[in-house]
Amino acid sequence: MNWLTPELLAIVLAVLKAVVILLSVVICGALLSWVERRLLGLWQDRYGPNRVGPYGMFQIAADMLKMFFKEDWTPPFADRFIFTLAPVMAMSALLIAFVVVPITPTWGVADLNIGLLFFFAMAGLSVYAVLFAGWASNNKFALLGSLRASAQTVSYEVFMGLALMGVVAQAGSFNLRDIVEYQHQHLWFIIPQFLGFCTFFIAGVAVTHRHPFDQPEAEQELADGYHIEYAGMKWGMFFVGEYIGIVLISALLVTLFFGGWHGPLLPPFAWFALKTGFFIMLFILLRASIPRPRYDQVMSFSWVFCLPLTLLNLLVTGALVLAAAD
Amino acid sequence: MEFAFYFAAGIAVLATLRVITNRNPMHALLYLIISLLAVAMCFFALGAPFAGALEVIVYAGAIMVLFVFVVMMLNLGPAAIEQERRWLTPGIWLGPALLTLLLLGELLYVLFGTPSGAVLGTQIVEAKAVGISLFGPYLLVVELASLLLLAALVVAFHLGRSEAQP
Repeated sequence: MNWLTPELLAIVLAVLKAVVILLSVVICGALLSWVERRLLGLWQDRYGPNRVGPYGMFQIAADMLKMFFKEDWTPPFADRFIFTLAPVMAMSALLIAFVVVPITPTWGVADLNIGLLFFFAMAGLSVYAVLFAGWASNNKFALLGSLRASAQTVSYEVFMGLALMGVVAQAGSFNLRDIVEYQHQHLWFIIPQFLGFCTFFIAGVAVTHRHPFDQPEAEQELADGYHIEYAGMKWGMFFVGEYIGIVLISALLVTLFFGGWHGPLLPPFAWFALKTGFFIMLFILLRASIPRPRYDQVMSFSWVFCLPLTLLNLLVTGALVLAAAD
Repeated sequence: MEFAFYFAAGIAVLATLRVITNRNPMHALLYLIISLLAVAMCFFALGAPFAGALEVIVYAGAIMVLFVFVVMMLNLGPAAIEQERRWLTPGIWLGPALLTLLLLGELLYVLFGTPSGAVLGTQIVEAKAVGISLFGPYLLVVELASLLLLAALVVAFHLGRSEAQP
């Protein structure tokens, strides 16, 4: 048993943990489609899917079967290579960003010093999924959808970064574990960085293009926008990718503004899961209650309202941090 | 680390070559994105994770998106590919390629003439170190660059302003 060194064991354990986290995020993403439909039903005073299994819980299995057996059709006028690449990027970019999220003191894939920047990088790359899907589909509605998506995502990513710079300035680190630790010792960032929280939440909804920022796929005007030509499992990957985005943004909100895994009585993982679940519900409640604004209003809201707000927040935070340092 | 650096650098060179030789503008842009990601990998291997992350965020995540955006709007079809094919004749690229080869030779001569002997990735440049040098010795350059960006911003605003609105 010479080869079974502690180093090897540590590597195997880390890989196992990473695989478990990966699988649970994907399964959470898939299950969310059922959760969302049930909750939408509840809030809109109707039933939602309740036939398959207890409370319709196995609806996801039925949906999966349906998707797997659908014809995986690539239109003859599409750019085959990019058309196939786009759904892969949609699902993987935000899934990879989960690497930096610390779940409990011992669970988490990687402890990067540039953690937050890594998330921004992956969020930046996830735009290409929509762009390439829209272009490769060679379809007017898809193209319009992805043009909207790119303009919207670029605009909202500008202040998404700025919204979190207040947190970084106060915690003095891009490392998410350091940020959680700082909140444990001082105060959860939701109080000193309330403006940062609001703007990051809005930007997070916009970057995952969820309702009310689902301009790229507005059903009524664009007939589903960028994924109009997709069918079967390729469409399924866009679908699951969107839910993974929700889980990721919720987990980041918890980590950055709500003290991560910290909380009284319950074990760390329970707190993390509870808080993340709360924000996922909030995403769904937003969809259930708010109408979709006009596209130009979405854009001007970003540049005219949110960007100055984040700059102001950063300015005040910087001044306070400097004053405290003296 | 040395392997990672040379591997990423090789991918960057190959991808950039494909950017130039590819006839489909969208595929060329895809290769350019891959090239930028490979350059970011090079930064990581050199021990500059902050620079690497910024490379992905700024170049791959923002600037290239605008490139793709513009190419999408142009609605390039088979005609553009045919035009590219005509432009890629040896008569056109031979001259610049020769001149670039001379530059490459000079670079290699300098590199092999005075090897620095430094080991890759021994020291890690964190965000704090970058910030201190940006706002310490290079403060003037940062300010000048920001003035330039401000000028560009004003110009863009002027060009994009619609005359109808007061």
